[in-house]
Amino acid sequence: MTLWREVRLVAGKDLRIEARTRVTAQQIVPFGLIVLLLFAFALDPDRGILRRVAPGLFWVTVLLAALLAVSRSFGIEADNGARDGLRLSGLDGPALFLGKGAAIAVQLLALEVVLAATVVLVYGIELNTLVPLILATLAATVGVAATGTLYGVLAAGVRVRETLVPVLLLPVVAPVLLGATRAWEAAIDGIPSDAWPWVALLGVFALLFTAIGMLAFGPLLEEA
Amino acid sequence: MPAVVRCRTAVCLLGRFPALAGVDLDASTGEIVLLSGANGAGKTTLLRLLAGLVPLYSGEATVLGHDLAVDRKSARRDLALVGHETFCYDDLTVRENLRFAARAADRDDADAETALERLGLARQADVVHRRLSMGQRRRLAVAVALSRDPLLLLLDEPHAGLDAEGREFLDDVVRAAPSEGRTVLLASHELDHARALATREVVITAGQAHLETTRLEAVAEPDDSTDRGVA
Repeated sequence: MTLWREVRLVAGKDLRIEARTRVTAQQIVPFGLIVLLLFAFALDPDRGILRRVAPGLFWVTVLLAALLAVSRSFGIEADNGARDGLRLSGLDGPALFLGKGAAIAVQLLALEVVLAATVVLVYGIELNTLVPLILATLAATVGVAATGTLYGVLAAGVRVRETLVPVLLLPVVAPVLLGATRAWEAAIDGIPSDAWPWVALLGVFALLFTAIGMLAFGPLLEEA
Repeated sequence: MPAVVRCRTAVCLLGRFPALAGVDLDASTGEIVLLSGANGAGKTTLLRLLAGLVPLYSGEATVLGHDLAVDRKSARRDLALVGHETFCYDDLTVRENLRFAARAADRDDADAETALERLGLARQADVVHRRLSMGQRRRLAVAVALSRDPLLLLLDEPHAGLDAEGREFLDDVVRAAPSEGRTVLLASHELDHARALATREVVITAGQAHLETTRLEAVAEPDDSTDRGVA
């Protein structure tokens, strides 16, 4: 079986489970919306501040929600010995990594669309330059999904997985928070030239962690 | 007949505890080998070693021509393990779990459907795993293994939790294994029942396969098990 067939098989399995359980739709998206609204309540007296910090608040919210998505992705492998089943399946490590990462990325993109609409409506910002903004979002999402999948499997066999993943993951994705926030600020200000270096940084981060994940996921799964 | 499993003084550690303390074991194509022994003797660890789920600490272990000391993964596409858990996803249906397992092993959906029929799960095909009874889950675990059309079938207490009908389905699968080119290693405490299925018995004691390995006469009907002694 080719790599891409295996990737589709794994991603399809995770997305089918998500479609049936609706954890993203009914828990992770509402969580993100609540966080954004709480920020709005806290900073409401000064709409100027809210507009200025909107990109940072958006990406902090995405990262927090991503922790839930990663935890969920590896939680479904914890029941009924499914993780052993995955090891026994014969699927290759890179395919497992890309499949699980792709499923997380799809869920994050859906979340980001809802959160972006909320930021526009509630925070009153305008998204002036869409191309760098979309590219930055895509690259950041791939980067977060790749690191999340990598650190998710690292912590998969640990009893304190839910609390360990945030401690491991959040420092590593700090460059994503920085780059995506700056790229969004530039896009909102209508200065695309300021966004491109950050988009490039996000792209390099995504490629780097995708490559590391493809190499490391299989051995880490064996040790989990 | 070619060796499907070959172990020589195989040692496995669980932490610092030697769960296997020097196992010698051979199994050839089409054999049904019963692994018997007390709780904690090492039967489950031996099956997990052969499936590549636990590492070989020392000694030799070869499965389907793959040296487990060097490569624990390559044999997995051609073997299947039915363990204490089902290895299935709670929120996928019986059919979806089977198709995932079959496709992962490069088999097609027809193999999944065949396994579904052979284990009598057609009526539960669209039921999600979490809604199955214990016995239905055990059947599904066997069906998942079959859907991969394995050359080596590793069964760890497969009769546990099965009703009479489920046992018949399972026994049919085990009996048919030699004619389908499959080798079966069966760990069980239900010795009378399992001996009736097996062609050979290996006793595991304190992590070692003892040489009082016995050859049973032939694969027989379960009802004849009480008449079947050690040859």
